[in-house]
Amino acid sequence: MNYFPDEVIEHIFDSIASHRDRNSISLVCKSWHKIERCSRKKVFIGNCYAIDPERLIGRFPCLKSLTLKGKPHFADFNLVPHEWGGFVHPWIDALARARVGLEELRLKRMVVSDESLELLSRSFANFKSLVLVSCEGFTTDGLASIAANCRHLRELDLQENEIDDHRGQWLNCFPDSCITLTSLNFACLKGETNLAALERLVARSPNLKSLKVNRAVPLDALTRLMSCAPQLVDLGVGSYENEPDPESFAKLSAAINKCTSLRCLSGFSEVAPRCLPAFYPICQNLISLNLSYAAEIQGNHLIKFIQFCKRLQRLWILDSIGDKGLEVVASACKELQELRVFPSDLHGEEDNDAAVTEVGLVAISAGCRKLHSILYFCKQMTNAALITVAKNCPNFIRFRLCILEPNKPDHITSQSLDEGFGAIVQACKGLRRLSVSGLLTDKVFLYIGMYAEQLEMLSIAFAGDTDQGMLYVLNGCKKLRKLEIRDSPFGNAALLADVEKYETMRSLWMSSCDVTLGGCKRLARDAPWLNVEIINENESNGMEQNEEDEREKVDRLYLYRTVVGTRKDAPSCVTIL
Amino acid sequence: MAYEEVINGLNLKDTELRLGLPGGEEKEQDLEVSCVRRNKRQFHQTTDEHNLIEESSPPSKTQIVGWPPVRSNRKNNNKGVSYVKVSMDGAPYLRKIDLKMYKNYPELLKALENMFKFTIGEYSEREGYKGSGFVPTYEDKDGDWMLVGDVPWDMFSSSCQKLRIMKRSESPAL
Repeated sequence: MNYFPDEVIEHIFDSIASHRDRNSISLVCKSWHKIERCSRKKVFIGNCYAIDPERLIGRFPCLKSLTLKGKPHFADFNLVPHEWGGFVHPWIDALARARVGLEELRLKRMVVSDESLELLSRSFANFKSLVLVSCEGFTTDGLASIAANCRHLRELDLQENEIDDHRGQWLNCFPDSCITLTSLNFACLKGETNLAALERLVARSPNLKSLKVNRAVPLDALTRLMSCAPQLVDLGVGSYENEPDPESFAKLSAAINKCTSLRCLSGFSEVAPRCLPAFYPICQNLISLNLSYAAEIQGNHLIKFIQFCKRLQRLWILDSIGDKGLEVVASACKELQELRVFPSDLHGEEDNDAAVTEVGLVAISAGCRKLHSILYFCKQMTNAALITVAKNCPNFIRFRLCILEPNKPDHITSQSLDEGFGAIVQACKGLRRLSVSGLLTDKVFLYIGMYAEQLEMLSIAFAGDTDQGMLYVLNGCKKLRKLEIRDSPFGNAALLADVEKYETMRSLWMSSCDVTLGGCKRLARDAPWLNVEIINENESNGMEQNEEDEREKVDRLYLYRTVVGTRKDAPSCVTIL
Repeated sequence: MAYEEVINGLNLKDTELRLGLPGGEEKEQDLEVSCVRRNKRQFHQTTDEHNLIEESSPPSKTQIVGWPPVRSNRKNNNKGVSYVKVSMDGAPYLRKIDLKMYKNYPELLKALENMFKFTIGEYSEREGYKGSGFVPTYEDKDGDWMLVGDVPWDMFSSSCQKLRIMKRSESPAL
């Protein structure tokens, strides 16, 4: 098998980056397994409880980059208790003790403490990159450790985390010798920022390409920052409530004009709309625009801005843009590949004319033929619209539609939306991720099972009629990895029909469905290689064993395959069967 | 599956007149049909009418946990106010506070107490604020003056336009 020496094979493997390909390579033969594992630099672990740090380090001793995901996806929507788990500390601890040469750590939905960050900062001399997405449990003190101790830090990227802001001086903790920063994102910090420290840091970071500041960085500070970093590619703007005076506006415009490399723009969380025109000169260069936090900017200002962004590939906005606004996007942004439209009115208090409907979606699909990813929150939808969208855009990889009112039917025909979603899965042969909503019967799942051959992740809420719905999906979607279901009438029959299926999947989440404790217990017995977790409202629900409870419906079920058995860090509200 | 043949849980085929023997090939269909009943709770012993009614009425947006599915940092960023004016009866000038700095009512009320050096009484749903001469009120998006504390915090913070701390003598209803 091996006509080449190991070093040559290793060199060939070096050019293979995708972790899935590398996983496949390692299965070819023992020799390749060994070469692959010893040369593997990047490892991706989709569920931190599927494996443990010791086994990770044992297999990949030369690890440099680790990606870990913790809590299930629905934790983002407050469906998982804070203390559920997903602690990163044991991982950092084990990697430190084994003296792994860690350079990059990327975490999603994990609990990170200041102690963990301190340990991280002191244990890996070559540490370069920390990316935290939707994490919690730490404060700016932890960030101070990272700033102070990571001599070669290049990237500190904090996306949508819950960070306790102690309003300290963490930015001051970067030593003067730190000049290697390429990316700094602290947009999610809520407190004040030491502007002088930030300006000094940016001024001594000639390689800084990405800078995303938080609300506390006002207009004049932003101007100074941009002036000393004209090489920026990716900028996240802070806030400025008041209208700028002409002089400030002129200075801002001058600074922006110098940033000829700027391609990505975001932030604007509290921005006076009249500041937006200062950015007009660079609109034509933008490939990514995130105005989804810009609640203060009305639709017409957004539209005026976006129509200049002819090269836009990615757009995240609020539904205040309206259908009319989306029609402008459709005619201006012919290169659009990814669109996310978020809801702006979350309490249902307003009869929101400006929100988006099926009209906007159809317009986008007609104008933006390169679209492959969409997340669309809207107040109504029709089958006809979805069928048209499917015809216009057969290249969807991700299609997530969220109709704000649960169980809402086609608003013209009053029928279910089965046919509409059916058209989407039938046309989009490469579909990997799907979220469905509105009034849906078992039929939509028949279509999904039949046509969605590449589907890896499916999110279901308030849908279906019987167990058959869930069975269609489990039997049909051969590549399914993650299934998350809430408030749908699927029960034990569906859960238990094909236990082996869960070995091919990363995880299954079911909340407010019809599965019972008895069903879950039976599953746990039949599949010892699964962790079957029951998450209760309060501690007292857990441990009773009498007959009656077996028929009690389970509030939240989360199961996942694992090679390391039951985890030891579960809180009292979680029962692992 | 014969959806149409099931009405109110009764399989009308049972009472249908035909020439064959009863039972036989009908049995399999019966089993399938029973799964299709409107009552979605298949494994519960109690067919609770009450529960059925509760389940069939669509839950309203504001009452469902985790709906719509957006991350909490987006929920806090919704359209509306950040800074609101605060007036207090008898105080010479107004103040401004940033509602986004507070996560709940106790935090806000404490901040107001500190700012104006007074105490707000204790809140109860029935009687409003008792135990002090002051009542916190706010003007909502419709222009109405409301008592602070009645609605969930998120709803309050997104609809509050102005705050006014009224002297008890000026608020007749309480």
